[in-house]
Amino acid sequence: MKILVAIKRVVDFNVRVQVKPDGSGVATDGVKMSINPFDEIAIEEALRIKEAGKADEIVVVTIGVNDAQQQLRTALAMGADRAILVESESEIQSLKAAHSLLHIVEKEQPGLVIMGKQAIDDDNNQTPQMLATLWKRPQATFVSKLEINEDKALATREIDAGLETIEIKLPALVSTDLRLNEPRFVKLPDIMKAKRKPLDVINIDETVTGFDDKELNIENYESPQPRQKGVMVESVDELVAALKEKGLV
Amino acid sequence: MSKILILAQHDGSSINQSTSKAVTAAQQIQGASIDLIVFADDVNTIAAKASKLAGVNTVHAVTTSNENWKLAQGIAPKTAELSANYSHVFGPSTTFGKDVMPCVAALLGQNQISDIMQVIDATTFKRPIYAGNAVITVKSNHDKIVATIRTASFKTGDMTSGSANIENHSIEKAQTDTKFISLQAGNSERPDLQTAAKVISGGRGLGSEENFELMYKLADKIGAATGASRAAVDAGYCPNEMQVGQTGKIIAPDLYMSFGISGAIQHLTGIKDAGTIVAINKDADAPIYEVADIGLVGDLFKIVPELMEKL
Repeated sequence: MKILVAIKRVVDFNVRVQVKPDGSGVATDGVKMSINPFDEIAIEEALRIKEAGKADEIVVVTIGVNDAQQQLRTALAMGADRAILVESESEIQSLKAAHSLLHIVEKEQPGLVIMGKQAIDDDNNQTPQMLATLWKRPQATFVSKLEINEDKALATREIDAGLETIEIKLPALVSTDLRLNEPRFVKLPDIMKAKRKPLDVINIDETVTGFDDKELNIENYESPQPRQKGVMVESVDELVAALKEKGLV
Repeated sequence: MSKILILAQHDGSSINQSTSKAVTAAQQIQGASIDLIVFADDVNTIAAKASKLAGVNTVHAVTTSNENWKLAQGIAPKTAELSANYSHVFGPSTTFGKDVMPCVAALLGQNQISDIMQVIDATTFKRPIYAGNAVITVKSNHDKIVATIRTASFKTGDMTSGSANIENHSIEKAQTDTKFISLQAGNSERPDLQTAAKVISGGRGLGSEENFELMYKLADKIGAATGASRAAVDAGYCPNEMQVGQTGKIIAPDLYMSFGISGAIQHLTGIKDAGTIVAINKDADAPIYEVADIGLVGDLFKIVPELMEKL
């Protein structure tokens, strides 16, 4: 079985982004870029499935600027076999991403697609579900445990009510939640080895033809409303008094 | 005029409050006419409850089989089909809505507006990005808007005095590639974390699953729900459904009391809409104090027992 892992290059999760003063976007010049943390979990899961003898090839794909090759190289250093960059100079929205990935899926014919449940930049949580829908295959979103049994997979999903288990027929799409695994660290020799692994670059226009991209218009970016400054109390008595005064207890 | 279809969430016996919150958001669009769509194997009981939501004209009650109502692939096609005459399709921004709605959007060939936190007008909305560190104003120029509604941003409305019509529908060809197996539900004795007025929340500072019992005891003492930071869930102190934050639950209780939570931005985004935030931590420099209304620095293992006594 071949596994396709889709990843996204995002502002590192430790960076506190700032909105540009003119409201035209967030300042991302010179900030650290990384693989979206959920996508790192997706790569790790693919590696574990392969290491368990249930997959023979892992292809990692991203849509993004040319520099996103760095994130693909990291994925290759983690252990993916080859990589595809779908190059797009401009930012694209979820539906176009899903259509572009569908093109790759149709070409690669994977038995399983794994990707993060959401990218921590736009927090949309859409592309995996859209891709599964366009691909007309089952989805298991927000997965914290995955078991592959030949032509089926048993997926445990983190949902609001608790842990839900569903069975999906392969080929299928899985989106990862935080507790699926802990991604491995990349070792230096693997970084050297990754440089020799194949990385193909294609233009996004080759992947989305005859598609009506109904983009949403982002009119403005602003900083969130700050909360008012609070007070510090010195004792439990003061805390209880403050809560009582607000009528909260 | 806006015609809005809202995907109702339920657990088989009652309508989830997030559905009502989505109705509240829809009502903020001027002159909106609002209908619900609800799926269940035994749909009549739950459709009757859905019809009680005030402000709803029609409930589309769709009968499913083999628990397909719990599965995105089981309900997205019919939702897309029935949305033909609607200008908007909304769902709650819960794990249920997040799972299904992008499928509906894809079937309708639309981008989705996720996590609407404010309605500006029928086609313009505000939503958070970057874990709430920025807010964007999004406008759609298209014939149909598919969106999820951030539950912490809208109030629960009247869920008892409505009298909507019920229209029955069926699914011609049920999908069989995805099967519901089981649900391991959390504690249902305590108030629901997403709708509770008070929340007691614990973090890494609790140190162990045994110590986390303190949080449950305090919560029970004041009738609160319990929450947790990602660190506490990752460490196995408490179950996943208690996680509050960017990728967990976004909540807006009147009172949020945090113990041993340092306050990573990913956590803070989940509590920004709380009425009063109380922070108790041994580290006076913890970022949680930047958003706290009341802060107390000290040892939670001394403070919690004292609180139990004095509350």
